[in-house]
Amino acid sequence: MALKRITKELQDLGRDPPAQCSAGPVGDDMFHWQATIMGPPDSPYAGGIFFLNIHFPSDYPFKPPKISFTTRIYHPNINSNGSICLDILRSQWSPALTISKVLLSICSLLCDPNPDDPLVPDIARVYKTDRSKYNTSAKEFTEKYAS
Amino acid sequence: MESDEEGIYDVESDASINYNSSDDGIYSEGENTAHGEANDFMDEPTSYKCLTSDQIFNYMMKVVDEVNAILQLPPHITCILLNHFKWDKEKLMERYYEGDQDKIFEEAQTINPFRLKGKVVSSNTNNITSFSMQSTKRPLTTQEVCDICYLPSQHMNGLQCGHFFCIDCWNEYLRIKIIDEGQGQKIACPANDCNILTDYETILSLLRGSDIKTKYHQRLTDGFVMSHHLMKWCPSPGCSVVVKVTTAGTRNVTCICGHAFCFHCLQPIHEPVRCPLLKKWLRKCNDDSETAHWISANTKECPKCRATIEKNGGCNHMICQNKSCKFDFCWICLSAWSPHGSSWYNCNRYDANDSVAARTAQEKSRAALNRYLFYCDRYMNHRQSLELEHKLYSKIKFKMEEMQQHNMSWIEVQFLKKAVDILCKCRNTLKYTYVFAFYLRSNNQATIFEANQKDLEMATERLSEYLERDVTTDELSNIKQKVQDKAKYCEGRCEALLRHVYEGYDMDLWEYLDE
Repeated sequence: MALKRITKELQDLGRDPPAQCSAGPVGDDMFHWQATIMGPPDSPYAGGIFFLNIHFPSDYPFKPPKISFTTRIYHPNINSNGSICLDILRSQWSPALTISKVLLSICSLLCDPNPDDPLVPDIARVYKTDRSKYNTSAKEFTEKYAS
Repeated sequence: MESDEEGIYDVESDASINYNSSDDGIYSEGENTAHGEANDFMDEPTSYKCLTSDQIFNYMMKVVDEVNAILQLPPHITCILLNHFKWDKEKLMERYYEGDQDKIFEEAQTINPFRLKGKVVSSNTNNITSFSMQSTKRPLTTQEVCDICYLPSQHMNGLQCGHFFCIDCWNEYLRIKIIDEGQGQKIACPANDCNILTDYETILSLLRGSDIKTKYHQRLTDGFVMSHHLMKWCPSPGCSVVVKVTTAGTRNVTCICGHAFCFHCLQPIHEPVRCPLLKKWLRKCNDDSETAHWISANTKECPKCRATIEKNGGCNHMICQNKSCKFDFCWICLSAWSPHGSSWYNCNRYDANDSVAARTAQEKSRAALNRYLFYCDRYMNHRQSLELEHKLYSKIKFKMEEMQQHNMSWIEVQFLKKAVDILCKCRNTLKYTYVFAFYLRSNNQATIFEANQKDLEMATERLSEYLERDVTTDELSNIKQKVQDKAKYCEGRCEALLRHVYEGYDMDLWEYLDE
């Protein structure tokens, strides 16, 4: 069941790829994918290419996939290990969601961080109090790690 | 005796009479019968009942039916609404009739059955069965692709929100929610961003396998008990009985398994001390008592920074190891070391001003510790005695059989068991009077309380001594008189003490220490 569904998702991604994102398996293991997200143009991450690791649990899609950034990124909801704090990856996961939809949600998280539910409180504070400093730091990180 | 008790509990007993008249009914088989024994003067037997898990489900359905008699909704929807209002039917009715009904359905995460598919169905229709199945099946002729497994299926099912999934995916989804995540009442539609809750009718019609259906029943009743403010699980290990009180004021309950506990904090019955103080005390005891004993016996405090210091060598010249302190002092007189000079190895500076001040400060902090240890020791002591006195039951049983062989009837020898019951109850009360006393600031009422406590303690010890020793040697004819006298006196003292404490609560006579 999980394998069929993952294969189907891969086909759909090839046929109708979402804007700014791509994803596919690493080697032969269909349960381990790599994804890339292009930094959204209207964000301080513009110009960067961010890599993500995707692990599908054996009871996918009833349990959410495990997704993490492998590229360092300066963001209130993503920590230095690449863990992402996003509700649909945990409590709000629905088996009707797909990798394509999740990647789009991550894209929009890059444009609109959620500083009220931060994973990195320091960055959230900067984001709320000094937006230009946040933009500068995020740009620096993007230039240093993601281009 | 009865009237005295009503003085203490009058709020409960009055309310329970009113409530019972509307609430008692076919479920009276679950009524607690463990009274007339140990706790008949502490509990209000009519103010609570014990329910087994089957009875809980029936009771839940009964509540749904009661509400439905008025609201005229499909039962599974009423169930979702009631759950949203934590099974407070009055609150649900009030909101339902005064406010925006659509909003209530939305808040409760379900769909107003009167507004299905945009059509407003008249609410006075008698034809409830026409929408009693909330789940709908699509016609079998069309094949659709399930949004979860992406496979075509002929058996698509869904809630009224219009999201359809195949029966296999539904089962897997529900299995994870019910077994892995332990959910029951709050399982939402699997679709993304849809918060419409599944109802028990749909779930039971979708689930395959009796194991998971049983589990789902359990989860439903668990959720019901947890969200119902008048119900608690019996905290005794392995007991699956639910105690249901009729008013929130009820405190002391005894489960049919025999475990007696406080309905509010689930600790064993802890008269006369109240739940918050008891909680504070238990935390202190768990953290502190052993450590405090050791500290008291083995350490002193640095006279400057109050760090606790253990002496691990013979030299009396102490240097505090607290990095920001480094104070040099004499272990014996607790004043600064400098006046002792380098050649002094023994201290004879008893009267020096600074050393007196240092010792006074030390004594103060040790006095607080000793005070705690005083109350803690007595609390622990009564707790231990109480455990040991449970052994008396078997001894007494033997004695009762012996007496029955000497021309006394079964009913005539019950006084012995009753006396042990009273003894245990007095011990338990005594145990908690020390917790109460520990936090009590001394005033006139506190002095009266302590006198009551002393009387009860003496009476209890006398009864305990007699039951433990003399009962085996005394003449059979004397025993009944003596035991009954002593037990009666104990019981009276216990009641007097409790009455005084509860009066104090009512009239705000007790002042507490800030500790």
